[in-house]
This record gives sequence, C-alpha cells and structure tokens, in this order.
Amino acid sequence: MNIVRLSIGFAALALIAAGCGEQSAKAPVSSESAAFQKKLQTQLLDAKPGDVITIPEGTFTFDRSLSLTVDGVTIRGAGHDKTILSFKGQIAGAEGLLVTASDFTIENLAIEDTKGDALKINEGKNIVIRAVRTEWTNGPDVNNGAYGIYPVQTQNVLIEDSIAIGASDAGIYVGQSKNIIMRRNRVEQNVAGLEVENSINADVYDNIATNNTGGILVFNLPNLEQRGYQTRVHDNQVFANNLKNFAHKGAIVASVPAGTGIIISANDEVEIFNNVIKDNKTSNIVISSYFSIGSMNKKGIKGSFDPYPEGIFIHDNIFEGGGNAPAPLELKALKLAMFGLKGRLPDILWDGYINEKLPADTKRLCVQNGAAQVINADGPGGYKKPNMKQAAYACTLPALPEVKL
Amino acid sequence: MRLWLTLLVFVVACSEAPPTVTPHMEENPERLSAWGIVAVRGDELALGHDVVPYDLNTPLYTDAAHKLRNLWIPPGKSAQYQEGQALDFPHGTIISKTFYYPKDDAGTLLNTYDMSTDFAGEGLNLRAVRLIETRLLVHRETGWVALPYIWNKAQTDAVLERTGGAMALRLQKGDGQMQDFTYVVPNTNQCAGCHAPNATTKAIKPIGPATRHLNKPYTYAGGVENQLEHLARLGYLRGFDSAEAAPRNANWRDENETLDSRARAYLDINCGHCHNPVGAADTSALYLDRPEHTYPTGNTGLCKPPVAAGQGTGGYRFSIVPGKAEQSILVYRMASTNPAAMMPELGRSTADTDGVALITAWINAMEGGCE
Repeated sequence: MNIVRLSIGFAALALIAAGCGEQSAKAPVSSESAAFQKKLQTQLLDAKPGDVITIPEGTFTFDRSLSLTVDGVTIRGAGHDKTILSFKGQIAGAEGLLVTASDFTIENLAIEDTKGDALKINEGKNIVIRAVRTEWTNGPDVNNGAYGIYPVQTQNVLIEDSIAIGASDAGIYVGQSKNIIMRRNRVEQNVAGLEVENSINADVYDNIATNNTGGILVFNLPNLEQRGYQTRVHDNQVFANNLKNFAHKGAIVASVPAGTGIIISANDEVEIFNNVIKDNKTSNIVISSYFSIGSMNKKGIKGSFDPYPEGIFIHDNIFEGGGNAPAPLELKALKLAMFGLKGRLPDILWDGYINEKLPADTKRLCVQNGAAQVINADGPGGYKKPNMKQAAYACTLPALPEVKL
Repeated sequence: MRLWLTLLVFVVACSEAPPTVTPHMEENPERLSAWGIVAVRGDELALGHDVVPYDLNTPLYTDAAHKLRNLWIPPGKSAQYQEGQALDFPHGTIISKTFYYPKDDAGTLLNTYDMSTDFAGEGLNLRAVRLIETRLLVHRETGWVALPYIWNKAQTDAVLERTGGAMALRLQKGDGQMQDFTYVVPNTNQCAGCHAPNATTKAIKPIGPATRHLNKPYTYAGGVENQLEHLARLGYLRGFDSAEAAPRNANWRDENETLDSRARAYLDINCGHCHNPVGAADTSALYLDRPEHTYPTGNTGLCKPPVAAGQGTGGYRFSIVPGKAEQSILVYRMASTNPAAMMPELGRSTADTDGVALITAWINAMEGGCE
C-alpha cells in the first residue's frame, strides 16, 4: 500500500509540475487501461437485462471499482487463467466488482489484487459464480483484501468451479443468504477457505480446502436480522489447513486457530458427512460457541442471539492425522497433559459451552463416525477439566435436505 | 418574490441574462450548460432562473471540497413537506451540487472552511474558486437519475462523465502544508451507492434536502432567512408549518450545540445513507442515521463486534468502546484512507481530521467500557 501511495503521490507531483496547478483527469494506470476501464464500466452502466458482456483474453488493470446495478446480466471472460482483471493500482473503492442486481452470472475470469473485497454481491436473487478466480498474487498478507467471492443478503446462489487464494478473511464467503450451493471450488492460502455465515440452506460439497488457517467455516454472528441454520458440508477434501492466521485482529476469523479443518460456531443444524478431513494440526473439526470467539458482552450483543451450536451431526467422514500440534496455548497444554508429547487431539474438538436452559435430551452434537472421538475441552472451565466421555454424542439426527436451486 | 430574486441576480451578474433552465427529462445532455441550472457568466458561475441555493446544517465530507447546492422545481409545482426523509419533490425537479475549491491569487487550491470569498451574489466568484464537478439529480417520470459532470480546464463548461473520473489535486492547508491526493468523481452507479438509501428497492433519492438538514438560516441575495421558510414563501414547499416545529440537525462545528447532537448529526449525513436498517450497510447491523432515532442494543455500535469488516477492524474488537476512541473501529475507519478499510467507502481520498476529532471527543466522553 505504501508503494501505491508513493506512486500516486509522484503522479500528483508530476501533474502539478507539468500543469502549474492545473489538474487533468489522470490516474495511475496506462491510457490503454484507462480506456478499457471506461469502456467496461460504460458497458456495465448501459447493460440491459439479458445482455452478455464478454471480456477477451488479456490482463486489464483498473484503478477504481467496477459496479453493476442492472438485473439479468452475464459477465463472461475467456477463462480464469486468461481473462484477468487486475486491481493492483487501485486507488478507490472497497471492492473490485460490486454487483447490486439479481439474475446475475459471472464466469471464466479472474479478479486479482483488489484493495478490499474482490467480488461483492450485495442483495440479489439467482446469482451464479462459475469458474471465477479471486487472488492476491503476493500470497497471504494481512494487507490483502478481506473477501474473494462475497455474496451477502442474496438468495439462490451457486458458486462452482471457482478458486480463491490469499484472502485476509475468507476466500469464498456467503453471508446472510438463503439457498446456496458451493461446489467444486478450490480455496487455499486464505484465513478462512469457505465460509457460510448467518445463512439458511447451504450445501457445501466437492470442494478442496487446503493450506488455509481454517478450511470450512459455518458461523452465526450476533445482531443480524437473519440467524443461520441448515448447512450440509459433505464430500469435501479438507486437509492441511495449517496456515498461520494472518487476519486483522478484531476480525471474527482472527479467532480461528491455525490448523482447523472445519469449524462450526454458534450455528445450528449442520450435517458434516463423507468428507476427507486430514492433517489439520489443531483439530480436524471444531465445534464452538460464540463465547470462544471472544467478543461476547452484554452492551453490544442482542439478548436474542443464541451463542450455542445445536443439532450438529457428524458422520461417515474419513479422518487422518491432525490434532498433533494445536495452535492455541491452552489447547497445546491440554494436548500435552492428556495425550502426551507425541499424541494428538481427537478428531472433533468441542468447546463445551452449553445452553443450560434447554431440555436434558437436546441433541447438541451427534457423532456416527467409527473410531473418531470428541473431546469436550471445557472452555467454560478455562480448559482445566476436559473430558473424553463419548456417550453424549451417540445419537443421530435426521439428514438435512439437499439444496435445490 | 421569484421575480424580485431574478432581478437581483440579474443586476449582480449584469453582463448577461441569467441562464434559463431547460429540464431534460428524456436525454442526458453532454454539457452541463445545456441545463441552465448553473452557467458561467464572465467571472461568475451564475444560477439559472428560479434556481434556489441551499446548504445543510451538517454536510458530507468530500475531501474538503466546498459545495454549491441548488434546487429547481418546475413552475407551478412544489415539494411536499416530510419530516423524516428528503422532501417529496415533484417530477421535473433538478437538484445540483457543484464541488469546488477556493483558490488564492496564485491559483493554489485551499483546504479551508472559510467560504467568505466564494460567492458572487448567489452564484460563485470564479476568480476565487476552481470548479471541479457538478452532480445533478434529476427527477424523471421513471425516477431520479444521477449525472456527474466534470468541469473543463478552462472553467467554461462541464462535461458528462457517467463513468466518473480521477484527478490529481493539491491543496494548501491552513498551516501551509501541501496535501496531494486523487480526487475521485463517482460513476453513476456509485452515485446510487449513497443515493439509494434503501438497498432493496434501490430507488435513487436526494439525501441533503431533508427537513432536518435544511432547517437553518441561509444568506440569500435578499437577506438572511430560514431555508424552509424561504422555500415555502417561494412556493417551492407545501405542507410546511414552522421551522420551530420541524426537526433540525446540529451544525457539527457549532460548539454551542451539545457534543452528542453534533456527533450524531455528523454520523447521520456521513454514514446514515448506508448505515440504516434498510441501507446497503444493513449487512453490518450498525445503524447511524437520524439522530432522533434510538436503536436497540447491537445496532448502535456500542460494544458491537464487527461482522465483515476485514481490514477495517484496525485490530480493534468493537465499533465503539465507550471512553476509548483509540480502540474504536468507527474512529479507525474514519481516519483511514485505505480503500479496504476506510468509511465512507466512497467520496473521499483524504481523512476529515476535524470529523475524526469530533467523533473521538464524543466517544471519549462516554463512560463504561465493553467488558
């Protein structure tokens, strides 16, 4: 960012020197790119429902956000490795492309190095994101933009065959939405690979999540209008998500320990099955309440918020390795005390916070997964009295319905 | 009254007749002059026939630019008074906002609140200011449209640039320091980014000409008068009772007003167009609009953890930590000029240091903490 600022400063100085205080419309991109930027943004402004805007093969640089507000538009490139929209010199705008429209499809292109989010879709129905790559090409960095692919308050969302790399928050993040399919995507080198937040009816399958801090997240956050529930996470490969957490402190995902395969926080009715989950050093699966996020307080969080996960069903996954080097100090100590230097935490780590007001037979966490075990880490007791009693998890829950768009 | 005003403007502008307003309700003219809302007359930017100037109790910060705000309503029509939102303007209404900077004799642009040399009559003195852009909001049968016009180098006219623009500017601050930045003109979609306060309907609306912002005196060519009373007297406003009974935001720079009312007024105009219960930023659950509104726990910012702030957290955990502005995300994002972190997301490349100071003082005056 400093380099960019410096170059903007130079541009400004040069212009002022040349024009003796006169200004002209100049930005730190080449005139060809400036012309293309203007052309593409004009196409987006003039688009009519049903239009397909094609972007040819090539790398195109932009210094400001693009935006689309027209329903029914398709943006199509020549391939996520061929059509590259680069925002490396971006000076303004909180995202690369902002879409506030329905019936929108974007496919076969890449959005690189945006200052903030790469692709944000705020409110809209029938959204298709196919074979899109969002990437910060410098690799993991706290100064990378927060989200790669980011639909929020959307309905009927399909994200498939896409790639997200290097997001300082989540690579692919669906927030406050309904009816979602995320499939065949690859996410790596993000803090959170794939994230479903405050969403209803999400199907997350056939994805590859590796080398993130946390592979797949299903979260509920407080104060929002929509509480999330009903997410299926199945047939994914979630391995070696051991990347050091590089999120900004204060961001919710800053609380995700490096080495987390799948993490559920404060969400309900989540079914995790048929996944291959391995070599995630803190834990292959973490079941967490909002208390473990560390932001709980009475003044700023609505009393109606349910911070506890319930109705979590884990079955038929293949686990391998993992839990051998937990990142958080308290879990490190816990592992050492219970399983020794060379031991490992069980595949499923539960923070142990429960809503005491619910009936005794409430199914909080059910596990039907062969030899895989759950450790109750005793978060409420400061991780002092963890236990390995498995009886409480020997239950089943009805299968969640497949999401159909 | 309109006739009298017109005559006065005529006398002041003297060399040429004032521009005649031509409402373009179908097409978008390439040149601003085609509208006749404002036009260059010699050394002045003169207002068109029946074009009324106004300003706001507390305005939006946009890189320290000064703004000339104007309103034109077709003859025989008027706006309906409304308390909560912008006045209900009839079709054909044209609202314009001209962004400019005062300049010194050498042509150096100035970062100053002092507007005393800006004016020539109700228009602008072009020897003392440099025009940057004029944005129009035009109320057509199909709804409001937003059109950004960028002034040419010669300062003779402005050209429609629907995709916006970026220009390197240098301002001299009060302490003599020079400030270089890129001034960004929004594209028409980005106009809607602020001017569609309901992110679901996406209908574009005026923001500034709402009762609480307009309820203040203005120095017209004919003397000082409350803006709402002036509009009512001109026949531009109906259903209006009295300025005393109407809501009024504080002037954020008036130290005779309470710190709370100044801060709330500042947040209302700078943040509330997105941060309201139906706005684009309702995704964050943080609502900062309308000072008279009180929102429940979890929506005011007090001890509220972020939802999707990304880099915008600045490393802090809550929007507002009572008594600790330096740990409050709200202040961090206002002070930032990083596009990934700054708030508002659009409309500025520099930080409003006085605005940051006001919100800092407001938060520091709160008691408590979050734990």
